[in-house]
Amino acid sequence: MARIELHELAHSYKPRPQGQEDYALKRMHHVWEDGKAYALLGPSGCGKSTMLNIISGLLAPSEGQVLFDGEDVTRRRPEQRNIAQVFQFPVIYDTMTVYDNLAFPLRNRRVAESEVHARVTEVAEMLEVGDLLRRRGVGLTADQKQKISMGRGLVRADVAAILLDEPLTVIDPHLKFLIRRKLKQIHERYNHTMVYVTHDQVEALTFADEVVVFHEGVAVQMGSPQDLFEAPAHTFVGYFIGSPGMNVLPCELEGGHAVAGDLRVPLDNAVIGAARQRQAQKLELGIRPEFVQLSHKPAPGAVAGRVQQVDDLGNFAIVAVQVGEQRLFVKIPEHQTVHSEAVYLGFPPHWTRLYADDWLVQA
Amino acid sequence: MALVLEHISKRVGAESHIDDVSLTLEPGGFHVLLGRTLAGKTTLMRLMAGLDRPTAGRILMDGRDVTRDPVQKRNVAMVYQQFINYPSLNVYDNIASPLKVAGRDRAEIDRRVREVAELVHIEMFLDRLPAELSGGQQQRCAMARALVKEADLLLFDEPLVNLDYKLREELRTEMREIFRTSGTIAVYASTEPVEALSLGGHTAVLHEGRLAQFGRTVEVYHRPASVEVGKVFSDPPINLFPGRLDGRGLSIGRDIQVPQIAHLRDLPGGECQVGVRANHLFVQRHSEHDVAVDCEVELAEIGGSETFIHVRHGDIELTVQQEGIHVLTLGDRIPVFMDPRQLFVFDPGGKLLATPDRGALAS
Repeated sequence: MARIELHELAHSYKPRPQGQEDYALKRMHHVWEDGKAYALLGPSGCGKSTMLNIISGLLAPSEGQVLFDGEDVTRRRPEQRNIAQVFQFPVIYDTMTVYDNLAFPLRNRRVAESEVHARVTEVAEMLEVGDLLRRRGVGLTADQKQKISMGRGLVRADVAAILLDEPLTVIDPHLKFLIRRKLKQIHERYNHTMVYVTHDQVEALTFADEVVVFHEGVAVQMGSPQDLFEAPAHTFVGYFIGSPGMNVLPCELEGGHAVAGDLRVPLDNAVIGAARQRQAQKLELGIRPEFVQLSHKPAPGAVAGRVQQVDDLGNFAIVAVQVGEQRLFVKIPEHQTVHSEAVYLGFPPHWTRLYADDWLVQA
Repeated sequence: MALVLEHISKRVGAESHIDDVSLTLEPGGFHVLLGRTLAGKTTLMRLMAGLDRPTAGRILMDGRDVTRDPVQKRNVAMVYQQFINYPSLNVYDNIASPLKVAGRDRAEIDRRVREVAELVHIEMFLDRLPAELSGGQQQRCAMARALVKEADLLLFDEPLVNLDYKLREELRTEMREIFRTSGTIAVYASTEPVEALSLGGHTAVLHEGRLAQFGRTVEVYHRPASVEVGKVFSDPPINLFPGRLDGRGLSIGRDIQVPQIAHLRDLPGGECQVGVRANHLFVQRHSEHDVAVDCEVELAEIGGSETFIHVRHGDIELTVQQEGIHVLTLGDRIPVFMDPRQLFVFDPGGKLLATPDRGALAS
């Protein structure tokens, strides 16, 4: 397995890019550690697939280098890079047995049959498909096929990295949960360097050690799932992670407070100072629906609002509250009830973030 | 207006695809057909639309028998998983097409097209061809064409499956608003519990071609009539394990003893199946009634705001969905707390015997 360095990397599909807007992937510099699991997360068109294609070698970046363990592989083709790939749709040979499917990448590289047998057996056990080994590809269910596809990715012991491109998209939810868990277990046990591309935040957050969030070609944040949730570096991360996303409302600074209408939130002096230095065009407060405190009684610093709607989502409810011009969402636990239209919303300073021109202001 | 299915069956050769389904659907809110792949959702929709004829049973629209009426004679519209638009027509003409076919005058067509385009937020793209739109916009266009028709019956067959996670969330919220008060009977097929819950309305759970349960979505979620419904309507999967009822209460496995409280009183003795959703298990004591189960950790999947903890107690595997970040590793021993008031009890055949009393748990 390898450490992957993306050295001042950028890509434009145009031969002569004029400005930033011509770049599908804007300049980035990342180091991905050996043995860790990374997820590339973002909506379609955000640049995550461009990124994956650059790592796999399907695409040569217009600027910068890709290094595997310090070695420049930027111009090498996929087959010269020693990587394994798993795609959205299962890639398996219908006429071959599951055993032969799993053995294929090894036999292709002339690995001795005794070694092939040992690896195939191990991977089959790992994925709990041991009972399918003699079956042919044809007639397997979609999730079985996808497990075998993953097995083909995992079977080689010598790969630099395993790249997974939306591998669970075609799988039913209950099986998705089981395969995701299996993959995570395999990662914990074998520590492959894995790069997982998805638009699904739950898949990205539960699978990866580090998640890279892409927005319009920019890697806006690389961080642990906890970082992305608790301290989104950009309002887009706040919006994209979480259901519903972060509440964001325009604010001004008054002394040591961020003020939005009747709402006054005391913030850390260092944060306020940093924000003033930025001379931003736009200042906003961000707070997650999970952290807004909803109460039926006035409280110091809390702002009055009117409940517009309560959507019972089974395990929790989403309350939509109109505060002045703004609609805010509050997530309340299953057994909490909303018994009047007039409510007060509190913003705990510890969970309230300040954004200057969409970027997080840090002390 | 109502669509009534009376004892509908559909057989293809020797295979039963739909088996004796009776349902009454009325306007106002969605009717979600929830089931796994091959449960019969699409088949049932095709029967509702008149694209196929049932082998047995009757379909009534507004009291009139339409069983033998082909799709052209029924006022229905359908939106599919694939984004289907006329590729050579711009968005305006795509939306206008059903009205032109119906011979409406130009002024009315223009008014309705603009109205509907605004409702699904594509009013700025009216001049574009479908190929010039993103996937989400293409599907909005297909939805607008279905909406403009003002059909009696509008069928959505997993329309959001091919879209980004975040876009799905937004479109679901919008659709929920549009159909809350609409005069159309709206039916929506899905494999995802979360989708059913966020669309609200009513849910019909299908399992192997049979109607397993029908009712208000949150009620079906909170009172699954059978183990099957519990399984289909839980994400993450519901925890299930065998139990035994006797004079002392409920025994689970070899050594877990649950006292006879709340809804567990007065149940018939004997073998049973016990179910508990992952978010109703805890790693910390939650109530005085909690029963501690000594468990061994197999895996912790950390999302941004919550952790899925997979544990084992003897033969019993449990998944705990816990708020917050919990770092645990393979082999750790932890107590898992189970509140007896949150347990579902099913008879050996899978039929619901006792369900948690939500009123008593509310705060």
